[in-house]
Amino acid sequence: MRKRIIIDSQLMNITLERLCQQLIEAHDTFENTVLLAIQPRGVFLAERITKKLSTLLKKEIPLGRLDVTFFRDDFRRKDAPLKANATEIPFLLEDKKVILIDDVLYTGRTVRAALDAMIAFGRPASVELFVLVNRKYTRDVPIQPDYVGKEVNCLESEKVIVRFTEQGEKEDFISLVSKNEI
Amino acid sequence: MQKLSVKHLLGIKNLQTEDIELLFETASNFKEVINRSIKKVPSLRDITIANIFFENSTRTRLSFELAEKRLSADVVNFSASGSSVKKGETLLDTVNNILAMKVDMVVIRHASVGAPHFLAKHIKAKIVNAGDGTHEHPTQGLLDAYTIKEKLGTVEGKKVCIFGDILHSRVALSNIFALQKLGAEVMVCGPITLLPKYIKDLGVKVELDLQKAINWCDVANVLRIQLERQTIKYFPSLREYSLYYGINKEVLDKANKEILVMHPGPINRGVELSSDVADSKHAVILDQVENGVAMRMAVLYLLAGTTD
Repeated sequence: MRKRIIIDSQLMNITLERLCQQLIEAHDTFENTVLLAIQPRGVFLAERITKKLSTLLKKEIPLGRLDVTFFRDDFRRKDAPLKANATEIPFLLEDKKVILIDDVLYTGRTVRAALDAMIAFGRPASVELFVLVNRKYTRDVPIQPDYVGKEVNCLESEKVIVRFTEQGEKEDFISLVSKNEI
Repeated sequence: MQKLSVKHLLGIKNLQTEDIELLFETASNFKEVINRSIKKVPSLRDITIANIFFENSTRTRLSFELAEKRLSADVVNFSASGSSVKKGETLLDTVNNILAMKVDMVVIRHASVGAPHFLAKHIKAKIVNAGDGTHEHPTQGLLDAYTIKEKLGTVEGKKVCIFGDILHSRVALSNIFALQKLGAEVMVCGPITLLPKYIKDLGVKVELDLQKAINWCDVANVLRIQLERQTIKYFPSLREYSLYYGINKEVLDKANKEILVMHPGPINRGVELSSDVADSKHAVILDQVENGVAMRMAVLYLLAGTTD
């Protein structure tokens, strides 16, 4: 598989560091703020971010995991349903400032489903969107991120892949691959 | 992306082990959903499901209906009493008429063995068997196995004994298939008149002595005496049955180990199960009911999600 690395492990570290500083800038001590990772691929990113934030702020930052499978709008429009994952939200969302975390923002449909899924756990005070990669000019719905690791302008036929060492890679990386090579 | 190897859920017999595992995983996700404050997800909002019950049922019908509603499906209910079946309409005509009203899935319970299989051959909708005569009751088999897995960590290698009226039980057959596919050892125990003649051919152990069976097993799945299906006398009296095959605290205490007690309901208290056992901490009967909704959600979701 031919892949084009767009962010290597060194740059990844710098990017995550910057994003954490941005979060602290906006949310100060995370008094009333919680992180909510979208399953499955937002979770590895969110765990990294939570770890970094906890070290920087010297306190535990609450992290939840949200599965949006049952709220997707493409159910029955594909051959088979996507596999669901666990939802674990160990806190109430009512009146919290929520930061939704996913790895790649593409059509925006997953985030739309996440907004729906989230409502079952309460009415948040506000919701922001945090993504590592923002694919430009590909949105199907009017959803834009608040925190972005990298803006990527690539072909419709290409896929952005985000991988961390926690997923069994030797190094963190973000790469571009052609969809028909996967 | 994952899908079941079948288009309809007619029985456990024709499921693959991977199908059962996928159903378990999906059911766990739905169990989390039904324990939220908002218990509903929008997955089946464009699907209409007909629950067609030609036989009485409380748990299964309610459980299916709740599962359907939690998935946002539209639901129509039909029961044979108070319908045109009494006027002489055939099964196929009844169902075709219901389908003409644009129904996507049919959940059917029928007193005749093979009724759902017959429908699956002749109509376009997806069929879920909610019990066909004395044959299979697949969702019950799935939820029983799921409950065992949930309580004991795994089904593989566990010793499960099914007690009581095996001859008239569709729950027994579905349980045997499900448990064997998952690697459990299965035994049946009951009066010889209530055991099918060739039950050993399924690879299950047969035991006539209640105490010996209890001593052997990790899980006791106790079935109801199905008096409504018994056209002849299979044992002298209910009193005598309960004396020899009723499970009570004394019998469990003698085994001197932790045994999980299950029952698909409805319980005839004092016949197959005494109240002190049915209400004890060994009994997971109400957990079975809770898991039933999650399991049926998983079945409907996975079947509906697989397009032809």
